[in-house]
Amino acid sequence: MCLAIPGKIIEITTNDRSTALVDIMGVRRRVDLGLLAENAPVTGDWVLIHVGFAMSKISEADAQEQMRLLSMLGEAEAAVQEVTGYGLDDRPPTSQSKAGAHPAGS
Amino acid sequence: MNGSQPISAAAIRFRDAQIEMAHGAGGKASRRLIEGLIAPILYQGVSRTLSDAAHVDVGGHRMAITTDGFVVSPLRFPGGSIGELAVNGTVNDLAVSGARAEILAVTLVLEAGLETRVLEAEMRAMAQAAQRAGVLVAAGDTKVVEHGKADKMYISTTGIGRAIPGVCVDPASIRPGDKILLSGPIGDHGITILLARGELDLAADLRSDTRSVLPLVEAVAAACGSAIRWMRDPTRGGVATSLNEVALDCRLGVVLEEERIPIRDEVRGACELLGLDPLHIANEGQFLAIVGAGEAARALSALRACAGGESSAMIGEVCDEPGGTVLVSTRYGGTRVVDMLVGDPLPRIC
Amino acid sequence: MKFVDEFREPHLITKAAEEIRRLADPKHHYRIMEVCGGHTHAIYRFGLKDILPENIELIHGPGCPVCVLPMGRIDDGLAIADDPNVIFAAFGDMMRVPGTQGSPLEHKARGKDVRIVYSPTDAIKLAQTNPEKHVVFFAIGFETTAPSTALTLLRAKSLGLKNFSVFCNHVTIIPAIRAILDSPDMRLDAFIGPGHCSTVIGCRPYEWIAQDQRKPIVVCGFEPLDLLQSIVMLLRQLRDGEAKVENQYKRVVPWEGNRAALKAMAQVFELRPYFEWRGLGFISQSALQIRKEFAAWNSEQRFTVPGVRVTDPKAAQCGEVLKGVLKPEQCKLFGKECSPEHPVGALMVSSEGSCAAYYNYQHRRALVPLTMSLSA
Repeated sequence: MCLAIPGKIIEITTNDRSTALVDIMGVRRRVDLGLLAENAPVTGDWVLIHVGFAMSKISEADAQEQMRLLSMLGEAEAAVQEVTGYGLDDRPPTSQSKAGAHPAGS
Repeated sequence: MNGSQPISAAAIRFRDAQIEMAHGAGGKASRRLIEGLIAPILYQGVSRTLSDAAHVDVGGHRMAITTDGFVVSPLRFPGGSIGELAVNGTVNDLAVSGARAEILAVTLVLEAGLETRVLEAEMRAMAQAAQRAGVLVAAGDTKVVEHGKADKMYISTTGIGRAIPGVCVDPASIRPGDKILLSGPIGDHGITILLARGELDLAADLRSDTRSVLPLVEAVAAACGSAIRWMRDPTRGGVATSLNEVALDCRLGVVLEEERIPIRDEVRGACELLGLDPLHIANEGQFLAIVGAGEAARALSALRACAGGESSAMIGEVCDEPGGTVLVSTRYGGTRVVDMLVGDPLPRIC
Repeated sequence: MKFVDEFREPHLITKAAEEIRRLADPKHHYRIMEVCGGHTHAIYRFGLKDILPENIELIHGPGCPVCVLPMGRIDDGLAIADDPNVIFAAFGDMMRVPGTQGSPLEHKARGKDVRIVYSPTDAIKLAQTNPEKHVVFFAIGFETTAPSTALTLLRAKSLGLKNFSVFCNHVTIIPAIRAILDSPDMRLDAFIGPGHCSTVIGCRPYEWIAQDQRKPIVVCGFEPLDLLQSIVMLLRQLRDGEAKVENQYKRVVPWEGNRAALKAMAQVFELRPYFEWRGLGFISQSALQIRKEFAAWNSEQRFTVPGVRVTDPKAAQCGEVLKGVLKPEQCKLFGKECSPEHPVGALMVSSEGSCAAYYNYQHRRALVPLTMSLSA
């Protein structure tokens, strides 16, 4: 629900690694790392910031995977339609209706 | 004006029992106060619509006059100070009314206990800003009030000038299809002040954009003066408030294209972090112009060729519907209404 | 802006919108609830309703922690603020919320020391720099925000601060969802699940919604592509007759949640036996109170609060709008007696409130043909 935005850690500012300086598009704010004590971030990591606390580390890999899925939207359906059209799939040929019943690969 | 005419009680539509902070924020509440109480009693206006500046006839000479009050905390901030705002603000009010400021009168209200060096610094700032803007400070007044009765220093400036030849700003001439120009990136001033107050523990390399926009206005005037329908400096309440005002006044709609609106990364970052809309943030060195469609490209080139106008952009246009409303559209076809501010923009966490 | 702009990519948004149109059965009217006020705000801010097909109806849920606070709790907080020795610190979201004697901002205008803070740590700083005053922090929020308050209380204790306390109004999200599903007026197909709340509680707490209630739920991010992708995922589940919890917001939400955050919350808070929610009535085990080991930092222990129950004005339909039974514009007061300028209820002033979102982003608007061309 609440407003939380990504920021990059540019400096860990306390010896006990409890506070960091975070950069959001050139705006800098001290952020408490206490909620990430079990998986402490390092300089260069991206974190999600809410009310001055880092809530979570942002996974670049997951973000990229998500972008990949998004860019493939619609293509997976098209690929399966092609395959079934050639009879290479053992399901009966589908109709071209919008609400297709074949499970598309996600 | 017949001084003995009674003021009609029916003309007063302002019903609030007392004045609140929102009435000074430049948004809806301010408008209600002015239209509902101040204007009906005081205003013997020469134009149909309320604006900051007025062009009047004095003994056969056409003059422009405006006045403005400056209340800001802290007094000094990256990029400027209250003194500069006081000069530039009034010069800009005249500029966007289509006039070149020539003379300023200054009123200072000082809080007892204010350090002399602070006052001196502001006087120097005003003197420098006046020189840069090409205005002469010709008259003034100073009052001192008890400690606690003013927030260090309030400044009021009144400016007088003459119409820029070839420019006749008239919102009644606005038509659907007219284009909206913006002179530069939004939000620099408001965010700088917010950060300078130090309460939010944010740092950024930002400065107030306070400056005289007169050279830019004159550049547009020279390129296509007769095609300028309307101009405004989007100060308190931001671009959204100024455009809402003109949309309401001329009962037409405004559509902005979000990605064309120039904004610095740091302003964007601060706004995202604090949950603020950059369109509501104050600017002190920008102006909006509505220009006839045929001349808009030329006006924009003239602006961009001017020193300080390089980031100017055409950000939207006037449309028929929905009347009195400002819309922002995205590249993918989403739109939202941008309303006038109610009170000051407040940071949010939700 | 990294991790933001990519999820606002126009051509991907268009693609996702097309996929939604392809998946949505034209014979079905879909009723999907976004629980969280942040999603309501995002939907309006990004104009997403313009690109969704007509037969997908998004219903706004009660996940606005400001909106669900009854007026009496605001009054309680402001009663503390009226103490001349108190600096009352709260998030900006609270500032315009009306109590019976005005909002925090109005109290400030009357000379009370009311300050806006961005973080509870700022409130601690206020206490440290103003030793002669007592700083009261008005804590609000679901499980997203509660851990930060918890860490702040731990810090106040370790610093031995004598002039700092928290007025705790944290609420929990699952009881709110349960109340919606228990409501006889509600017919819903699926849920867009809370995003940031889930970074703390994880995805497991939603499993009963899928398993017992047979409703799909997708934990969703806050950018336009997040919302659209989540709708795609929900439509696929509905098409395939499935009901499961899925995590669309993987880049940020761990399935198991944030253990350190949950630990801090358990250390500092316990569940109130019951708490009154605007519109949903008294719900048991739905809100947090500060444990007695931290009594010295609990504003309700340090001060006496009136604790008066204040019911909403009869004509106001805040409760029904909160539950999604009524749309904002269907409330009799909407746009007339109740507007952002003079709000009757919190839904009109909270940035996450559905009334505010509708009023600010949608109201008075006709569909504008977007054929303008800016050739410069």
